Amino acid sequence: MIQRKNAAGRIHLLVARVVVYTILIFLSALCLFSFYLLIVNASRSNAQLQAGFSLLPQGNFFTNLKNAWNDASINIPRGVLNSFLVAGLTAVLTTYFSALTAYGIHAYTFRGKKAVFTCIMAVMMIPPQVSAVGFVQLMTKLGMTNSFLPLILPGIAAPVVFFYMKQYLESVLPMEIVEAARCDGSSEFSTFNRIVLPIMKPALAVQLIFSFVASWNNYFIPALLLDKAEMKTVPIMIAQLRSADYSKFDMGKVYMFILLAILPVLIVYIFLSRSIIKGVTAGSVKG
Amino acid sequence: MKHPVRRLKRGGVSYVKWGYIFIIPFFAAYLFFTLVPQLMTIYNSLFENYRDGLNQVGPNFVGLKNYKTLFSPDNSGSIGFLKYFGNTMILWILGAVPQILVALLLAVFFTSYRLRIKAQPFFKTVIYLPNLIMASAFSMLFFTLFSNVGPINQLIVQMGWADVKIDFFASTITVRGLIALMNFLMWFGNTTILLMAGIMGIDQSLFESATIDGAGPLQVFFKVTLPLLMPILIYVVITALIGGLQMFDVPQILTNGIGMPDRTSTTMVMYLNNYLSTSKNFGMAGAVSVVLFLVSAGLSVFVYGTLTKRSRED
Repeated sequence: MIQRKNAAGRIHLLVARVVVYTILIFLSALCLFSFYLLIVNASRSNAQLQAGFSLLPQGNFFTNLKNAWNDASINIPRGVLNSFLVAGLTAVLTTYFSALTAYGIHAYTFRGKKAVFTCIMAVMMIPPQVSAVGFVQLMTKLGMTNSFLPLILPGIAAPVVFFYMKQYLESVLPMEIVEAARCDGSSEFSTFNRIVLPIMKPALAVQLIFSFVASWNNYFIPALLLDKAEMKTVPIMIAQLRSADYSKFDMGKVYMFILLAILPVLIVYIFLSRSIIKGVTAGSVKG
Repeated sequence: MKHPVRRLKRGGVSYVKWGYIFIIPFFAAYLFFTLVPQLMTIYNSLFENYRDGLNQVGPNFVGLKNYKTLFSPDNSGSIGFLKYFGNTMILWILGAVPQILVALLLAVFFTSYRLRIKAQPFFKTVIYLPNLIMASAFSMLFFTLFSNVGPINQLIVQMGWADVKIDFFASTITVRGLIALMNFLMWFGNTTILLMAGIMGIDQSLFESATIDGAGPLQVFFKVTLPLLMPILIYVVITALIGGLQMFDVPQILTNGIGMPDRTSTTMVMYLNNYLSTSKNFGMAGAVSVVLFLVSAGLSVFVYGTLTKRSRED
């Protein structure tokens, strides 16, 4: 009797596993399919692409790369450079100042501290689009259109990253360390830079990546502020590609443009996926 | 408790000012780049201020006229704002319902002690990948793949699945379907990881005792997992909804900003963007923003509630 029950249970489990793995493989294939086609098609010439569907790469990858890189109307090397500059600086500012703000609220007791914290939490979910009208007007008045500053400097105030850093500090920073540094005569500012920041390294790394990716992918605000060709970032160039007269394009080149736009993030992800995935949960649903 | 206070007095050093100094940059940046623009946006919504050809009209104070225009029928008889709010909600629901259901399912699979799924890091890496990909590039990719001359249509014809090519961008159902599919792909991995963390936070002994008491997997899920996961599930749903209200990059690039066919895939932020970048109508753009702000603010109150409730329970 027991044996029969065990055997039934084992078959049951086997069936369940087959079903579960099938679902997982199907969803993974769905996620990868479009990117796989992107890489295959970026390796095919325009004529090969017109000829029909193929799942196998062909030999035109480097020709397409050269054509896309040297294209006259879409200056992708410039776009990549601009995007790197904006995303890199934004990531550094966001991470540093979020950590500083979180430390300011975590380590000190001052009047209005609770109100300040509540304030940041309350504005955390307000989308940036709703202040875009005033933002564009203000930047136009200050002559800051076609400048990277209005894309980089707002990164200093990033409520979501602040919240993550605050959570992290609560779990890793014993105040005794800060007290000890004070006894050794360390100033408050250098205690933060030399002792607190190194302790926060894992959190800093995760948020550097996330804020870099967010800025790299950002389209809405940059598209409203940048219209000079030499200032455009990658997402704006992709939008330009979409609105161009499509039928006249060398499609191999179009696929190569798209691949170049996502490649930096793809490379970062391949190397750091484990810590990135850990970072997804650590901030929001820790409690 | 008394000890540190006494020591502080004897030392005569107060660190209070450093707390303020460290948070100044954040608040200065927030004030200048968000709060002031926010107030300017509200102010703008009360003015008539747009470009008509080469002529600049306004700014003239018109009170609530822009809001009235926003909620009154246009030439075609439909109320613009409500139409685009409706579009946004339909697009969101089409993507978010499968996103949350699939994520819930996967989170249960991954955390199941009985199933012991292998290669979990691989599956997680793959399903989270689309979340990091540039939305505008991802949309451009989908546009090229599904265009009339694109590989999907080539495949359909080559395999003989259909006699003629399918014009994916000519019908409401397929355009909305593509947008929903992309949003699903971009977010279900993220949601899976959040819900997994939630399930792993539940006391394991509850699952064990439920199983010993003879509860099947389905019963365990509906009677134990789901109720205990509820706070995180609510958090996930509302943050997804706030994200959904902001939907812009995917439909904007996929439809080249026109929300084809017949503006049935134009979202609220696309509507805002049209006023901002094309017609330079700051008055109407302001009114759209204020309404969008009020809706998001209302939802944020819920998120704030669930977050603070959780940290109070800690």
